[in-house]
Amino acid sequence: MSFPLLTATAVLPAVGAIVTAAVPAARRTAAKWLALVFSLATLVLAALVVVRFEPGGDRYQLTESHAWIPDFGVRYELGVDGIGVALLALTALLIPFVILAGWHDADPLEEVNPNRRWRPTQGFFALILMVEAMVILSFEATDVFLFYILFEAMLIPMYFLIGGFGDRAAPAQFAATAAGGGDEAAATQRSYAAVKFLLYNLVGGLIMLAAVIGLYVVAGSFSLSEIAAARANGSLSIATDTERWLFLGFFFAFAVKAPLWPLHTWLPNAMGEATAPVAVLITAVVDKVGTFAMLRFCLQLFPEASKWATPVILVLALISIVYGALLAVGQRDMKRLIAYASISHFGFIIMGIFAMTSQGQSGATLYMVNHGISTAALMLVAGFLITRRGSRLIADYGGVQKVAPVLAGTFLIGGLATLSLPGLSPFVSEFLVLVGTFSRYPVIGIIATIGIVLAALYVLVLYQRTMTGPVKAEVRTMPDLRVRELVVVTPLIALLLFLGVYPKPLTEIVNPAVEHTLSDVQQTDPKPEVEAAP
Amino acid sequence: MNPVNYLYLASLLFTIGAAGVLIRRNAIVVFMCIELMLNACNLAFVAFSRMHGNLDGQIIAFFTMVVAAAEVVVGLAIIVSLFRSRHSASVDDASLMKL
Amino acid sequence: MENLIALLIAAPLLGAAVLLCGGRRLDRVGHWLGTLLAAASFVIGVVLFGDMLGKSGEGRSLHQHLFSWIPVEGFQADVAFQLDQLSMTFVLLITGVGTLIHIYSIGYMEHDERRRRFFGYLNLFLAAMLLLVLADNYLLLYMGWEGVGLASYLLIGFWQHKPSAATAAKKAFLVNRVGDMGLSIAIMLMFTTFGTFAFGPVLSSTGDATEGKLTAIGLMLLLAACGKSAQVPLQSWLGDAMEGPTPVSALIHAATMVTAGVYLITRSGAIFNAAPDAQLVVVVVGAVTLLFGAIVGCAKDDIKKALAGSTMSQIGYMILAAGLGPIGYVFAIMHLVTHGFFKAGLFLGAGSVMHGMNDEVDMRKYGGLRKYMPVTFVTFGLGYLAIIGFPGLSGFFSKDKIIEAAFAKGGTEGWILGAVTLLGAAITAFYMTRVMLLTFFGEKRWQPDDNGHEPHPHESPKSMTIPMVILAFGSVFAGGFFSIGDRFLHWLEPVTGHSHGNPPVSATTVTTATVVVLVIGVAIAWFMYGRKPVPVAAPRGSLLTRAARRDLLQDDFNHVVLVRGGEHLTRSLVYVDHTLVDGVVNGTAASFGGLSGRLRKLQNGYARTYAVSMFGGTAVLIAATLLMRAV
Repeated sequence: MSFPLLTATAVLPAVGAIVTAAVPAARRTAAKWLALVFSLATLVLAALVVVRFEPGGDRYQLTESHAWIPDFGVRYELGVDGIGVALLALTALLIPFVILAGWHDADPLEEVNPNRRWRPTQGFFALILMVEAMVILSFEATDVFLFYILFEAMLIPMYFLIGGFGDRAAPAQFAATAAGGGDEAAATQRSYAAVKFLLYNLVGGLIMLAAVIGLYVVAGSFSLSEIAAARANGSLSIATDTERWLFLGFFFAFAVKAPLWPLHTWLPNAMGEATAPVAVLITAVVDKVGTFAMLRFCLQLFPEASKWATPVILVLALISIVYGALLAVGQRDMKRLIAYASISHFGFIIMGIFAMTSQGQSGATLYMVNHGISTAALMLVAGFLITRRGSRLIADYGGVQKVAPVLAGTFLIGGLATLSLPGLSPFVSEFLVLVGTFSRYPVIGIIATIGIVLAALYVLVLYQRTMTGPVKAEVRTMPDLRVRELVVVTPLIALLLFLGVYPKPLTEIVNPAVEHTLSDVQQTDPKPEVEAAP
Repeated sequence: MNPVNYLYLASLLFTIGAAGVLIRRNAIVVFMCIELMLNACNLAFVAFSRMHGNLDGQIIAFFTMVVAAAEVVVGLAIIVSLFRSRHSASVDDASLMKL
Repeated sequence: MENLIALLIAAPLLGAAVLLCGGRRLDRVGHWLGTLLAAASFVIGVVLFGDMLGKSGEGRSLHQHLFSWIPVEGFQADVAFQLDQLSMTFVLLITGVGTLIHIYSIGYMEHDERRRRFFGYLNLFLAAMLLLVLADNYLLLYMGWEGVGLASYLLIGFWQHKPSAATAAKKAFLVNRVGDMGLSIAIMLMFTTFGTFAFGPVLSSTGDATEGKLTAIGLMLLLAACGKSAQVPLQSWLGDAMEGPTPVSALIHAATMVTAGVYLITRSGAIFNAAPDAQLVVVVVGAVTLLFGAIVGCAKDDIKKALAGSTMSQIGYMILAAGLGPIGYVFAIMHLVTHGFFKAGLFLGAGSVMHGMNDEVDMRKYGGLRKYMPVTFVTFGLGYLAIIGFPGLSGFFSKDKIIEAAFAKGGTEGWILGAVTLLGAAITAFYMTRVMLLTFFGEKRWQPDDNGHEPHPHESPKSMTIPMVILAFGSVFAGGFFSIGDRFLHWLEPVTGHSHGNPPVSATTVTTATVVVLVIGVAIAWFMYGRKPVPVAAPRGSLLTRAARRDLLQDDFNHVVLVRGGEHLTRSLVYVDHTLVDGVVNGTAASFGGLSGRLRKLQNGYARTYAVSMFGGTAVLIAATLLMRAV
């Protein structure tokens, strides 16, 4: 038996989480370094997965399969296709940056009595690693039940991350600027956000559980490949109505997590209240599981129902795009603004998936990766900004560009990536999604391009209000980016540029997987009207 | 005699026991009423054993007796310790289960 | 040879990267490095030009395929370049004028602490603009298209500490984005129609596509052109863009970037030729903008804004010419090139005046500067003569051709268009004479600036005057050089095609008419501004003047409809999201909370109560079972 690489990729951060959590209270810094080392080691393993993966080979590679709960046919089955590899790599890549960016986010405000066993710092980093382990494993799982368990389990560490750790700023400043005023109010807001996050996702998960059980009753198996094969060769036929109900059960859970309008309201709360690195974790990593699962489970298990639901989903995605962008324009809190921008972007991703064209789905997969990187860049820089001034309100800033030009520059690049400027990677994916949608649903494609203009509006308004104009007194002494912060931002920006100019390494991995998915739903790309001369 | 009559007797005893549990305040009396209910069940089991002509019911009756004996030991111990701490054996005084 | 094409772009791109990432260490050499790389690009351009001249007609088009950009099933976007005569013309214009303006900026930005960054942005602009004109497919062109938009955004907002500059930059980017939306829809339409968006295949198979599709593509391309070239209805950003440093206005908002729309339409000639309806719209847009810009130019007192109105109007000429089809493509580009010379020269002159006048921009506070700034006066004057179409200078040749082409369109349309272009020529002569008179002639009307400093007008340093002299040279001779022996026509014809149309009147008649309206325009201006002293405070003016000062109320319209409307929309949506979408969820949560509060009362802690509920429950269960049995 060969080395179980996929398991190792997921187990390593889990072990890291346990080790980090066990570090004594007084050795905070050691815990941080441990977490960083474990996340980097995971990145190495993920890189190994990418290298070992052959784009032209089998659909699922590096597979592992063991019996787990034989009585119910639940197996521990892992395997990755191109889409999974891309997202796995993204996750493994982002976590070290998240850890680095959150280096001081969980330091206790005053010196803690060393005899107390309270260890927030250790907990913070252990939880992040735990989330990483679960997300990675969920990208690898090819057993529906295994996936379901991970899908639900990752809520628990996320709940504690959102509810337990808020923005770092001197409390006095916070009292003066935050809406509610004072630490107490911030904590209330935070626990509201955490509970909202948990409830929304639990409801989604509950409905998915019903659908998972229903699927087992109908198909007699939890194995993705078995069910798909049985459906393909006709030995398993599901009644149309049953298939639709099961599809809706799965889709609802994924749409909550993604999030799709009108199930989105938990995201702005959660991203607004959590610290910037955790917000990145939510939107760039955990939410991707939702869109990933739409591609892997909804389309593959229920192809007919997917096609049946496409019109409604596309309209909802379109509403997400425009609505999210419009609300982003109206926000006063920069983290909530980024959250609404993400809602708009998730609309694009879902639209690309359900356009059922190879451009649309390749674009959607690239979009997941690129959105992860671009949001991370923008959000983390916003986080650095917020830590400096102690306020999330856009109106509290002004003229930062004069005081901290590097910070402003990176913020602008993150913003430009968010508005999909050509040359930066999100453009590639956004354009592919638009083209893919347009070639089958022209009207929806055209309306979606309004999102391009609105994105420019909210990004540039944000930049103008915070960075330009006369220097506000409160930001006059703001320091520019520090070395640690530069180490976080520079690679992300380099990656945005590289994948914007040369996305081929990514598309090569993703394309074959998308072809498989398209053949699952038995769709082919629309042919052009005119055969153009070569 | 018709074994059904034993069943009537068993249900009568059970009802008396249940009513006792619900109405009486003294813990010891409540406890005795529980024993009464258990024994009503035993009677019913034995009657069923007779009616169906197999020994299952009688075996279960023995089990019940053993469990009841164990329960008496634990239950009395609790009551005694309660009495020691509160100087009362009234069940209404122990309403700590309320949140 | 074709391997050099990528170097054209790489040189300024390298400059941008080094200057923007280099940090303060490069502050002392940054401007030289930027200028050097721009010049390097120009030299490569000249080498390629020489090579191209040595080849015969068909072989002149060069291709370079670098790598596959976005390979997805059925979707091929490559990073590949195409250098033909049309691109070559632009390359020389961009790198040539670009280099001159780099040199000018060394002097102009001397006292700005962020000069290094300014040169980085300028280099970025050059790279993006070259990418735009060298791309061999529409998607790569789109990358350049947005790239110049970004550079323009950064440069307009270069003095970011001024809120007006930051707002102007944002506005320019946003309005351009609306145009970009058009370009992306056009590319998507091409993809669904032809399965590709590379120039070669698309433009050679327009014959097989339906006219409806082509018209749609054409209109979307026009929308894009309107955004970038500041044509009605997306023209509102150009005036505000004058907030940027003057070299930027000269390079980006006069000579090169704003003409990208003309390039786009000319490049896509095959599409427009096959879609007459789209062409008609192009012509109408051009004609309307031509007059619009000219009228706005008449009313502005800010020298740069007056020139911006003029730019708008001149590009209107080019768009109109491009909309005429093969009759006009060549002349559109020719006017574009000559306009590049004289308008860049005029802006640099304006910058030189501002440099000497404590950055004052109000022409009513100039006056009599010809004695103090002789070089600026002469070069500006030559540019002025060129733009009004003084016989023998550049503008005369190129504008005259466009007017002829407008008449040659034929039929009623031809007469209307011809009349509009003639009227435009008259107004051009009027407002440019006004600028000239207000700035260089008449009384001194100088005012101390806000800090109480009296202006001491003086000639600008050599680094600024030399580019102005070179551009003035171009303004004088380029037109004649192009027109004599139809050199420019023969140069471009293989790419754009050409036809003579059917002129209803002879060329001589048109030329005479042009000269006549020119004289009329100059004369009116002289009567109004040259004969009598000009008041420092602007008179109230007629209704039209007041409207023109406010850009013919377009901004007010935008403000009321788009800005206010948008604000209301977003605000109400925020409210809806908070109360309705979130309210449903919070309401559900609250009702559960209330219900549980009531249910909690059942938990009184008495064991007996729990026992009752157990008994009750059992009784109900048994009853239900029995009932089910019975039924």
